[in-house]
Amino acid sequence: MRMTINGAEVELDVEPDMPLLWALRDELGLTGTKYGCGIAQCGACTVHLDGLAVRSCQVRASEAEGAEVTTIEGLPRDHPVVDAWIEEQVAQCGYCQSGQIMQAASLLAGNPAPSDAEIDAVMGGNLCRCATYPRIRAAIRRAAQETA
Amino acid sequence: MGIGKIVRRTLLIGSAAVAGGVAFGVWRYRADPENPLLADLPEGAASLTPFVVVDAEGVTFVAPRADVGQGAASIQAHLIAEEMDVDPHAVRIVAGPASKAYYNGEITGHGIPVAAWDDGRMGAVARLGSDVAGKLVGLNITGGSTTVPDLFERLREAGAVARETLKAAAAARLGVDVATLATEGGAVVAADGTRLPYADLAAAAAATDLVREVTLRDPSEWRVLGRAHRRTDVEAKSTGAVTYGVDVDLPGMLRATAVTNPVRGGGVASLDTAAAAAMRGIEAVIPIPDGFAVIADNDWRAMRAARAVAVEWGDVAPKPDTATLWAEHAAVIEGEETDSRFADEGDVAGAPGELVEAEYRVPFLHHAPLEPTNATVRYTPERTDLWCGTQVPTFACEAVARITGQDVEQVHLTNLPSGGSFGHRLEMEWIEQAAHAAMAVPGRPVRLTLGREQDMTHGFLRPMALARGRATHEGGRVRSFDLDVAALSVTESQMQRLGYPPVGPDLMTVQALWDAPYAIPDRRVTGYRVPASVPVSSWRSVGASFNGFFGESLLDEVILAAGADPVEERLRLLRDPASRTVLETVAGMAGWDGPGKGKGVAFTYSFGVPVAEVVEVEETDAGLALRGLWIAADLGTVLDPVNAEAQLSGGALFGLGHAMHAAVEFAEGRSLQSNFHDYASLRLWEVPPTLEVRALGLGGRISGAGEPGLPPAAPALANAIFAATGTRLREMPFDRTVRFA
Repeated sequence: MRMTINGAEVELDVEPDMPLLWALRDELGLTGTKYGCGIAQCGACTVHLDGLAVRSCQVRASEAEGAEVTTIEGLPRDHPVVDAWIEEQVAQCGYCQSGQIMQAASLLAGNPAPSDAEIDAVMGGNLCRCATYPRIRAAIRRAAQETA
Repeated sequence: MGIGKIVRRTLLIGSAAVAGGVAFGVWRYRADPENPLLADLPEGAASLTPFVVVDAEGVTFVAPRADVGQGAASIQAHLIAEEMDVDPHAVRIVAGPASKAYYNGEITGHGIPVAAWDDGRMGAVARLGSDVAGKLVGLNITGGSTTVPDLFERLREAGAVARETLKAAAAARLGVDVATLATEGGAVVAADGTRLPYADLAAAAAATDLVREVTLRDPSEWRVLGRAHRRTDVEAKSTGAVTYGVDVDLPGMLRATAVTNPVRGGGVASLDTAAAAAMRGIEAVIPIPDGFAVIADNDWRAMRAARAVAVEWGDVAPKPDTATLWAEHAAVIEGEETDSRFADEGDVAGAPGELVEAEYRVPFLHHAPLEPTNATVRYTPERTDLWCGTQVPTFACEAVARITGQDVEQVHLTNLPSGGSFGHRLEMEWIEQAAHAAMAVPGRPVRLTLGREQDMTHGFLRPMALARGRATHEGGRVRSFDLDVAALSVTESQMQRLGYPPVGPDLMTVQALWDAPYAIPDRRVTGYRVPASVPVSSWRSVGASFNGFFGESLLDEVILAAGADPVEERLRLLRDPASRTVLETVAGMAGWDGPGKGKGVAFTYSFGVPVAEVVEVEETDAGLALRGLWIAADLGTVLDPVNAEAQLSGGALFGLGHAMHAAVEFAEGRSLQSNFHDYASLRLWEVPPTLEVRALGLGGRISGAGEPGLPPAAPALANAIFAATGTRLREMPFDRTVRFA
């Protein structure tokens, strides 16, 4: 099956029901996307599928056929969300942050000035066991201001 | 990258006659532990020590304490950089090999019954003994918030020795007096402005006698420490660029997963692997202790095939069961046999005043770091390589060597950053499973990753615990405090897994209770040991994780019964000036103006750090909402204010989330919780919108910040909920009694 990943056409020879997560990680070596739970509870595997944030552990590879997939590796270093994450020093262990950043980028793409309640609601599906949440909030506010 | 690789690469670039690199470090005692870098160096190499390597390409810091998210790599780099005058972002930071040279001199201090706030002579002697013991045993452990206190002097000394030796090499080259030289930005700078980058001096420094007599900079002259910095790993962690253990990729590498009996220790009655072995990408299905491993070309194929293995599990008795375990805890706490009674002042039995009695309970908890446990092993008869994130490098290599039948020197570890730990990576079961898998395919690396369910259902848990307390008040003041705690012994369980016999009294069971700095006239703390069953482990802040709740809940109850103010009465009771300062500070931050009003306060002293926290809750239509969290702590000296704040708030929020939602329970020997849908975590919307942290440096002994922020959080919340609703929460998780918004 063929799809576009971070702007590049790729051909995958995997079972149709292999989750996109594992195709990215194990077949394509894009390990910035993380496995945390496998049941859409943690959000560590969040990527963009045709511009929308999805849990790649729940997307079959066949469902991504012909789609445009963006992973953390596909966000430019000067993306306002990445930049804000660095400036606010959000990460502790860092393991969930790829998913947090992809979710936040999706949030701001659709809603450039989210309220605190909207941030809480949209980001509530992304777990951070280190509880970097206060800085996640701060980074999203910073990124929103920078893009305003 | 391991040090061996760095040094070998150096030889290709530099002169073969002289080692092209030099490494620096110092030892406090006469006999230096064996230098782990020597094995990779040629004859005639310069006197190498373990923390700093300079070669033609630049500077490498060996930061032996594992980074599990607490910022260890960054702070270790800052400590060396402070004296060496090099930008921490301009150096390579590696974890170093598993070696006794990287002993932790601080951690054995957690096993001695001396209160951290006791600065008397006996305390000092006991701590010194602990440092010597740590060195002799060579315990290379990351844990107990010890990285900063243990390495505060050693790493600065290593940086200073490197700087002075490089200056000596530069003085010889330039033919000038060393006193005319300065260092700055990774270079020696001469009086005439000539700059000699350290890398250019590496070969010369390797042939120079180490300058061992150094004077450390006074903190007033610090250039790196004590200021806000960007963590050395924060950019990589914001771009998906970090290689965690789970991301290791090696030529020819296979993937694997393990599944073991849901009832630990039951073994395998029968195993039919035919269907699984025939699936796409499956290399092998092999038996391992208590279960099987599937080796494949892809993680998902391994996990899918594991579900296709037809296994009949063996049986074991007795099977852990939560209800039975509670009964067992009650029997032990009512029994005659005590484990410890390190605090026994006055006469609690005859104490006057009105009595308050209460019982408290906390459940088992899983560490549940988000990076699933994993390890990569490549076995050959001559040499075995191990890649993983571990807090116990030497133990991990020993564990692998026991399985491969090799000497521990034949096992080589590359210790990687961990996607969280909270104590989980003190354990090694998955490393052993990876070693078993690797033995089945000699010469090929095997990266074994546990599925979340396997990891969650086979935890090494924070023990469940039962406390019963009696306290009296008289004339508006607390008069007596008598608390019993019954729990499985963490230390006994960990020692058993390492092959050591059961220990004496377990200080962890009464940690942060017996040594609480309260001057209460009649005061007693008694520990009771529940016979070993479910394996238990060090979960962030260990015994203090439950004792903060037990002690500060009972204290709040008796203070309120006395009609006193929870802040004022604690201030009156606290005997330690730093403790009073943090409590006064947090009261000011939170605008504390008396009991009630939805605010609760708690104070604990653990890991050498007094911490006071205030939580504010409000009843809303959707349930109880957390409105504010204020934290004040005294770390002695604050080395990195940005990370200190992150660790203190992270610890407190970790404590709150588990107190609100989490429990691991057993029925018929099986864990009832298996993933994050039934082992709930704190979510963003639950984090109080007002959250303020003040990390104080009051000048006492320097301490780490990873754990001590946790213990006061749950009792501050419980006390706040009482203040807001009149409901006193005595059992975790709180969401079984109240509803959170």
